[in-house]
Amino acid sequence: MTEKTATPPTVTAVAGPALAKTRAVRRTGRSRRSPAMSVLLHGTLILASLIAIGPIAWVLLSSLKPGYAIQSSELTLFRDTTLANYSYVLTETNFPRWFLNSVIVAAFTMSIGIFLSATTGYAVSRFNFPGRRPLMMVFLVTQMFPVAILIVPIYTIMARLGLINTMPALIIAYLTIAVPFCAWMLKGYFDSIPTSLDEAAALDGCGPFATFWRVVLPLARPAVAVTAFYTFLTAWGEVAYASAFIQTDNKFTLAYGLQQFVPQFNPQWEYLTAAAVLVTIPAGLVFFFAQKHLVSGLTAGGTKG
Amino acid sequence: MTTVTADPAPSTPPGRSARPSRLRRSWDKHWYAWAMVLPVVIVLAVLIFYPLFRGIWLSFTSLTEANQAAEICTRSITGGEVCADNPNKWEFVGLDNYVRVLTGEVGDFWQWTGTTLIWTFVCVAFHFGLGLGLATMINRPMRFRSLYRVLLILPWAVPAFVSAFAWKFIFNERFGLANALLTAVGIDPVSWFSDRWTALLTAIVTNIWLGVPFMMVALLGGMQTIPGELYEAAEIDGASAWQRFKNITLPGLRPVSMTVVLLGTIWTFNMFPIIFLVTEGQPAGQSEILVTGAYRAAFEGIRNYSLASTYGVLILSILLVFSVFYRRALRKQGEVW
Repeated sequence: MTEKTATPPTVTAVAGPALAKTRAVRRTGRSRRSPAMSVLLHGTLILASLIAIGPIAWVLLSSLKPGYAIQSSELTLFRDTTLANYSYVLTETNFPRWFLNSVIVAAFTMSIGIFLSATTGYAVSRFNFPGRRPLMMVFLVTQMFPVAILIVPIYTIMARLGLINTMPALIIAYLTIAVPFCAWMLKGYFDSIPTSLDEAAALDGCGPFATFWRVVLPLARPAVAVTAFYTFLTAWGEVAYASAFIQTDNKFTLAYGLQQFVPQFNPQWEYLTAAAVLVTIPAGLVFFFAQKHLVSGLTAGGTKG
Repeated sequence: MTTVTADPAPSTPPGRSARPSRLRRSWDKHWYAWAMVLPVVIVLAVLIFYPLFRGIWLSFTSLTEANQAAEICTRSITGGEVCADNPNKWEFVGLDNYVRVLTGEVGDFWQWTGTTLIWTFVCVAFHFGLGLGLATMINRPMRFRSLYRVLLILPWAVPAFVSAFAWKFIFNERFGLANALLTAVGIDPVSWFSDRWTALLTAIVTNIWLGVPFMMVALLGGMQTIPGELYEAAEIDGASAWQRFKNITLPGLRPVSMTVVLLGTIWTFNMFPIIFLVTEGQPAGQSEILVTGAYRAAFEGIRNYSLASTYGVLILSILLVFSVFYRRALRKQGEVW
């Protein structure tokens, strides 16, 4: 027992100075900050963090209260704590089915989205082919289209393709939202990977596709993580297309199915809060796995337009 | 050494005609690039550009849900169907839709545009300002740094409609957290959604909360690409923290900021769910922005496809004009983008 606890300090003792050195080199070290500045810095960050998690925490706390406690004007953190709202949402509604639908739609959007944006981003980053610049412009312009207005024309197309009330309709629609941004972001990241690697791979006998698949893509893991996060989130939380394309209860996605708790005049807040928490958890899980890469993945993507 | 893959190796075999056509050479050289972008191009063409051009065409017609049929068929008593030409069939109407929208005959184009501009400007300014501030703070060695980072990025992971709901819940007039806090410090509760400006305020607060993480992450990434030696050199020269921020950080962030501000502006301009779900246009449609106003004007009641297209074309034109001017202004400052 004592020996076990003794080992970690030695490890940190070895790693410590090196770490401290690199940090000191990078920026002004921690030691040089005055105590007042430290308090101010941490105070601001704590306040900001509280604001960031506050609304989510409040919804989480409210979801544990019964309906009458939610609708009272008294401010309490806990009151008659119960899981009744959750059990209602999980058992009395079609929740499991919607959840499954959402997972399917989000998973397909994510995997196809990563594949499409990666190949496109790579092509745009590496090859100077005719049509490259217009394509980059198109990616920007697609961001300017108001989704709300596009819904009807897309609906007619989907209807003509016979895809109304099917999941492929949603997956395709979400891809059009997510892929332009992701391809553009991945292009920026690929730009930061030296082309000498491609050339070395070509010398070793890799074709352009093999180079991309075996050499460049593994190096772009952070950016791929961001893409995964972004595409998943796009598909997971979208309501407008889902409400237009999906018509039967057993095909609803979670985001749209839960809208049913919001009748025009008498919203059932207690179920809504529980449902909101349940919807957020999977998104939070994906976020948890991706967050490590978010900064580095978006880094290069942002630096070049 | 030889490639086994079907590489575009045939660089004019000697026996054949001296030079293949330009198209042929272009194809040989670029086919794999085209193959890689093809799926995306097809999807975008079918689902974005076809609707766009159709939308531009529709905006010059009078197509609605009611007059879209070319024929009106009535079932006779005997069971057969009698079809006659629809007398009120949709038709080409020229610029009528634009005139009706711009003169305020349908909807409140100018008020919505005004609100949209305020909304976009305030949101993007706060997104960028707060994002920059937080990124600067977090981009230095300190305790709990990664914890702060995770907590601050967290709102990004919350689906937009959930955050809209959470904030609507907080701004509820009877039992919302906002009013409870106001009462606790002795201020009368505010009925947020009965005044245009307080209603807009709730939506702006929601959107700021939602949008800061993206800006922060992007700017943080940008800051980490600035070489540390610049800061060291500045420190040796005795530059203050503010001078270092102004003369190293800000210029170093220029490429990132330009892109994220442009993207942020476009996204905020078209941000549908927040206004739609949080304020619902209350009071009496006064807090609508262009996209939500257009959606309600065109799709509530009989769906007016041509009107929706007209708004879509107008919104797209505004954004295109904006981005052209934005890039021109940046280029004037000596930045080629």
